[in-house]
Formats: sequence, structure tokens, C-alpha cells
Amino acid sequence: MKHFAELFTALDQTTKTNTKVKALASYFGTVDDQDRMWTMALLSHRRPKRTVTTTLLRQWAAEYSQLPQWLFEESYHVVGDLAETIALVLPPPNEESHFSLTYWIDFIKALGPLEETEKRTQVLAAWKQLSSTERFVFNKIITGGMRIGVSQKLMVRALSQYTGQEESSLAHRLMGQWTPDNTSFEALILSENSLDDISKPYPFYLAYQLEGEAEALGTPDEWQAEHKWDGIRGQLIIRKGKLFLWSRGEELVTAQFPEYAPLAQLLPDGTVIDGEILPYKDGHPLSFQLLQTRLGRKNVTKKILQTAPVILMAYDLLEWQGEDIRERSMQVRRTLLEELITQHPTDGLVQLSPIVSYADWETLRQERVIAREKHSEGIMLKRKTSPYLSGRKRGDWWKWKVDPLTIDAVMIYAQRGHGRRANLFTDFTFALWKEEQLVPFTKAYSGLTDKEFGEITAWVRKHTVDKFGPVRSVTPFHVFEIAFEGIQESKRHKSGVALRFPRILRWRKDKGVKEANTMTDLLAILEQYG
Amino acid sequence: MSLLTFTPNGLYCPQADVYIDPWRPVKKALITHGHADHSRWGHQYYLCTESAMPVIKYRLGKINVTTVAFGETRTVNGVTFQFFPAGHILGSAQIRVAYKGEVWVVSGDYKLEDDGLAEAFEPVPCHTFITESTFGLPVYKWESQEKVFESINKWWAANKAAGKYTILTAYALGKAQRILRHLDHSIGPILTHAAVENTNEVIRQQGIDLPATVPVASHFDPKIHQGGIVIAPPSALGSAWIKPFKNASSGVASGWMNLRGARRRRSVDRGFVLSDHADWEGLNQTIKATGAERVFVTHGYTDIFRRWLVDQGLEAHEVKTEYSGELAEMNEEPSTSAADNKDEAL
Repeated sequence: MKHFAELFTALDQTTKTNTKVKALASYFGTVDDQDRMWTMALLSHRRPKRTVTTTLLRQWAAEYSQLPQWLFEESYHVVGDLAETIALVLPPPNEESHFSLTYWIDFIKALGPLEETEKRTQVLAAWKQLSSTERFVFNKIITGGMRIGVSQKLMVRALSQYTGQEESSLAHRLMGQWTPDNTSFEALILSENSLDDISKPYPFYLAYQLEGEAEALGTPDEWQAEHKWDGIRGQLIIRKGKLFLWSRGEELVTAQFPEYAPLAQLLPDGTVIDGEILPYKDGHPLSFQLLQTRLGRKNVTKKILQTAPVILMAYDLLEWQGEDIRERSMQVRRTLLEELITQHPTDGLVQLSPIVSYADWETLRQERVIAREKHSEGIMLKRKTSPYLSGRKRGDWWKWKVDPLTIDAVMIYAQRGHGRRANLFTDFTFALWKEEQLVPFTKAYSGLTDKEFGEITAWVRKHTVDKFGPVRSVTPFHVFEIAFEGIQESKRHKSGVALRFPRILRWRKDKGVKEANTMTDLLAILEQYG
Repeated sequence: MSLLTFTPNGLYCPQADVYIDPWRPVKKALITHGHADHSRWGHQYYLCTESAMPVIKYRLGKINVTTVAFGETRTVNGVTFQFFPAGHILGSAQIRVAYKGEVWVVSGDYKLEDDGLAEAFEPVPCHTFITESTFGLPVYKWESQEKVFESINKWWAANKAAGKYTILTAYALGKAQRILRHLDHSIGPILTHAAVENTNEVIRQQGIDLPATVPVASHFDPKIHQGGIVIAPPSALGSAWIKPFKNASSGVASGWMNLRGARRRRSVDRGFVLSDHADWEGLNQTIKATGAERVFVTHGYTDIFRRWLVDQGLEAHEVKTEYSGELAEMNEEPSTSAADNKDEAL
């Protein structure tokens, strides 16, 4: 644990990517295989199952620190991180220990079947022998949220420095359903043939948002344009007669979409398609909202299959006849994809994402403007000569999203943020006019600069009208332009609408509260795009 | 009639007709210390300690100021006023106000640890205590300054070995000089921003010993003092001033650095937990030592700290003031008055 705590400190003490990678690579060289595996697992969000609830941890931390529970909770609101709050309030440790990271993870896993009082004894015993940083790390692992400012990409780069293997090959090996419990460093990273896991997906290639004008990209004939369909990005794998469906979040979602099952017979072995899991009926995409109702459900009922059926809108072909063809050009892969779909009819289950033809950028710009009407989020631009890269890369693929919907709203509640923005007021509730009343209709978190958050925090402190737990109601004064990607009717919300990806677009200091929009304005948007 | 009352101008003693650290111009002002949120411009008469005076005068310019020694008694219309060390910065005082057997103490800003520069804090027994609560949460616990300075010096030495400059930001009045006193001069040259150096000069003229410093003036050539440490106010980070120091590691010294979120928000390499305010233990220890039955809680986590004191069986009240505590060091609160702006520019 000492090594891991030191690594954590080293990573936390720098903002420079290269320094982080260096620290991580050197750490990989210091610890044993097991600790290395667990570090890789934690940094790729593979954490041990939660064995203690946070409610109990909060209670024990308050008791052990001899603080009233309310004061512990208030501290937590300010710190914005439970693991850190606990580490800060606990009395200093009274012994020292030198166990490994793996020891402590096994320790946490072993808590599962214990009675509550035994769990408490164990956790307190751990706190008593861990230093402040070790406690923080221990608490992070036990609460299941190990975010330490290292993306999977950086981890892969460090691993590449340590092992001398290619980053892209490592990224591939690290995908899929491994844990340190079911594989070893040798098998996962070092062995010659790691492809025997037939479910293993390829890393997704992700596009950056196009900033500026499309003209800067060059001539239209270098670029293939498609709609950016509004579903869930997915990778369909057919190998050895079996079908696997991965979502972009590296989650295996095969069971949640049983309608794809026949494809295991309809498509040839050694086929991997990159596409969009898209709700679709009678020749038209449906709203994303319908797809959302299917996510996270254990049972896919008949009713769901009827109201929110899905197809796979195919974008790209990554594996063809068992061969990895990601290095070939977009144009070649597209031709092979078209052939594959024509030669293997799937009764509309797999459809080709249509290519948008356009003679000049202006025509494409017009298509983008009406994208929302087609339930598309905008236009995708892919360079015809581009290979299929892994991760988010600049240059060959661009998303050119439709402009968001916007409305001017009044801030009425404020709450402190978490993590990097702890102790600043960053979470706001916004309202619109309904006659003389302000009706809350959405929350929004992001969109302001740190400087603006500082400014609004100072203002909130001075203009708090009332407090309900961590929430403060403030004088209606500031108007913000709220942007959102979609709008739906909702019975769960007081306002009757739910927004998709609401965020602050800008602070309208030029507007008074009376100039904010009304609920009628919002309902008109719902009418048009809902 | 209450001995002290809270008015829109600030803390007021009606019997003596004087204010303590008022934030709007008044006739007579007793000043606890020279930080801009306590010592403001525009009063007709100022009273402060001898060692606080030079900086206050330097910052406010032509003012009518009288000084007292620590412990000396001043009586105004039957009310006695006495200044006791608050340990916050050089010359900083708590003000004891007594009338017909009733005793109030206004703490201003205070810290318990003796920093070797400010006169050491001592608790003053009273019936009613007015306390700050800048760090009035149990998550704020300070390590001893020996430990903090050990890690600052170690960091500086490591940067020097790597051929880098070290940039450490701290409040120009108080914290900066405290740091200067505890840096290990043998490591390399100490450079200062003008805001820090101007204050250093005032303090040196008071006969206080500070190590030799090199002011960073215009046409400064960063090649000359490679491996040096630069002490600058928080506002210097991210400004054009910092640009000549290209190969540098940056750090912030502030109590706020106790929280990881605040540290990460500043996007600096290192955060050192060093404050001139009392931590959670310090606040509680002090209140107990004063023996006060009644406590007024000003700037900081006022509502939370008040509720905690009530839980401890004290009569406690929350008071809204215009003091900002260590917030300036967060560098994310916009300046709200001319006085604050002057502080930034200083």
C-alpha cells in the first residue's frame, strides 16, 4: 500500500502528463505482478465489489472521530469527497503496517460476508494502522471510486513504457471482461496469443467536435459524411458462431438487446461491426429517450421490445473474414461493409448508415441544420483515406453536431460541487416564468469557467435566502443561457419536461430576471422537438 | 445596552463611540491588523499596535494613527480597551473591551502556533468572545510548521537539482515573511515579487530581521538566478509577470490546500498546508481557554461552527461581516472594494 500511496501522491502532485506517465511506469517496475494487476484494474475502473455501504462508513468515521453525525455530513458537503473527508477527520493512526495493495484489496473483499459489527471492527483496525494518504486510498477503494487523474490512455502509455509493447496492442488486451481474479499479468499482457478471448472488442475510435468552419477541412470529395445517429455506440462481434455486443463504455450488453441474437447465424464468423444501437421502427429512428428506458434493466420484457425495438445502424467494419482490417482505408472498409450487408440479408436488423451526398460544404451545412428533425445529432465527417484508430484522435474523424437548443433561465438554487470544484457553488437549479411564478425546470452543472464559479460562489454566499441541507435558495437575480440536446415530456419532473445534457452556455449578465424565458416558451420547444 | 453591537458599518461600542475593524468610513476605528479586510481606508482616527502601524500606514497612506503597546490600557468614557497578541501576523491583536465588570474580546484573525514573527498568541479570559471561523470545520488540522517548511525546503532543493525555478505563492503581508524566515537560505537565492518586497522593506525598517532577497524587477533575467525560489502573491500565478520563469515548479501555501479539490483547482504542482488562521482544534481550544459563555462567530464556516458550539453547551450566534479571512489566497473571489483591489496591486 505504501508504494501505491506514493504513486498516488506523485500523480496528485503534478499536472504534467509526461511526469504522470513516468511515475506510473516506474511504479509498474517496482511492485509485484499482483499489485501491478490491481493497479491496472483500478485505473481501468475494475474495482472489487462494494462490501460496506457508505452509510456505515460515514457513521463509523463520525463515531471514531467523536463528531456528531451532522457535522461529519456538513464536512463532507464542503470537502466533496467521502474518502477524503473520512481521511481528514480521523484521529492520527497509532500503529504502522507494511502490507501490499493486494493485501488490502483482499481485506476489503473479505468483509462481504461479515456481520456489521465485525465489519466495523475490521475497518477501524485498518484506519488505525494506515497513514493519511493510505487511508484515503483505502477509503477510495472501499467506496468504489478510484479516480486519480490518470485516464486509461495514460495508463496504457505507462504500461507500454514498462513492457516495451505497442500501445494499441495493450489497449486491445486490456479491453473485455478481465479482473485480477480471473487472469494474471503473464496471461493478459505478456502471453503471445491473447486473442483467444473471442468476445474481445477493439478499442473504439472516437471523434473530436469540429470547431470552426468545415471549409478548413479541405475539399468535400476527401470526406465521407454520415448522420451522427442518436443511440448508443456499439460494437457487434460474431466469432465462432457466438455474438457479443459491446457498448462504448466497454460494457458487454449482449443480454440487454436480445433482438440481435439471430445475427449469430445470419452473419459470417469473424465479423466485427462498429455501429449505433438505435431505437427504430417503421423505417424511422425513434427518440433516444425510448432507448434509455431499456438501459440498466435486468429483464427485457415483450412490451419493451415492442415500444423500443432496436436495429444496428452500421458505420464501419473492423474485422472481416476473421482479419483485423482497421489499417485499411475508410473507403475500403466501407465497400466491404456494403458487400457484407448486401450478401447477408438480416431483415433490416443491420442497416447501412446512409452516406450523405453533398457537392459543397454549404449543402452539408443545410443537412446539419435539419438533423434534429431526423433524430440525428448532426453530421459525422470521416476522411476517406483514414484507418480506424483507437481512442479519441484528432484529424481524420470529426463530429459536426447540430447547435444545441437554448433557453434563458433564472438561477434559484445553488449547491456545492464535488472533487475539483468542492467548496464552490457549481450545481444550480434554474427556473422559468409562469405568470408571476418562477418554476424550476432543470439543474445544470458545467459550462462556467473557474473564475465565473468563484464569482458566483461569492455572490451566493451573500444572497442566500434559505438553506435546506446542502441546498441554498438564492435571490432570483442572475440569468443564464441553458443549452440542451433534447427535450421530453416527463411525469417525474414538476415542470413536466426533462432535458437531455442540460448545461450552462453562458452567463447573461446583460439580462434582468424579467427578461428570462417562460414555461410557455419551453413547451413550444417541446412541441417542436419532443 | 450591549457593550458591543453589530452595525452596518461594522462592530461598534456605543458607550465609547468607537468601531473595531469597521468596513465603512467612521470617526474612530480600532484596528486589529493590517490586512485589507480589517484595516480599511477613510476613517478619521486609527488606533493599532506599535508593530502593526508601519504596514497600515504604508498601505493606507496619509492617515491619523495612534499606537498602543500590547497590554497597555486605553480608557474611553469608562470603557477600557487593551490589545493582546493574536499571533496572526506581525502586530496583529485581539482587542479586549471591558466596562463595569463585563468583558468582551474581539479576536480579529488569529493562530495559535508561534511563527517567530508575529507576537505569540495568548488566550484572553472574557465573558463574550468574538471569533473568526475561517477554518471552522474538523477537516482542517494543521501539521507543525517545522514539518511544512521541511517539505517546502525539500521541494525547493529538488527543483534546484532538476535545474528548475521554484515559485511559491503566499499572501504578501504576513505569510510571505513567515515563509522567508523559515526558508533554508543555503539552497539558493530568494526572489520576490514587488508586492512582497515592498512589505518586506516596511518590516525590515521596523528592525525585524528578514533574509536577503532579490526583487524581480522589469528586465529581470531569469538565467541569472537559476534554481532560486520566487515568493509571489497568489494573483501572480497565471499573470504575465510569471512568464519569464519558464522552467519552474509552482506551489501554493495556504490552509485551503488541506483539501485536494482546492489544490487541484489551482493547477499547481504542490499545495502546502500553511495558514495564519487557527485550525479546528485551535478554535476550540481558544474558546475553551477564554472561558467565554457566549460566542459570536464571524467570517468562515459561521453557521456550522455556531451549531457545533451550541452542541457544546455555549450560547453562540452567527454574525455577518465583510471580513474575508484567507479567501484572498484562493484567488477566486472577485475583489469587491477598492481596498481589496489595492491589496492585489500592492
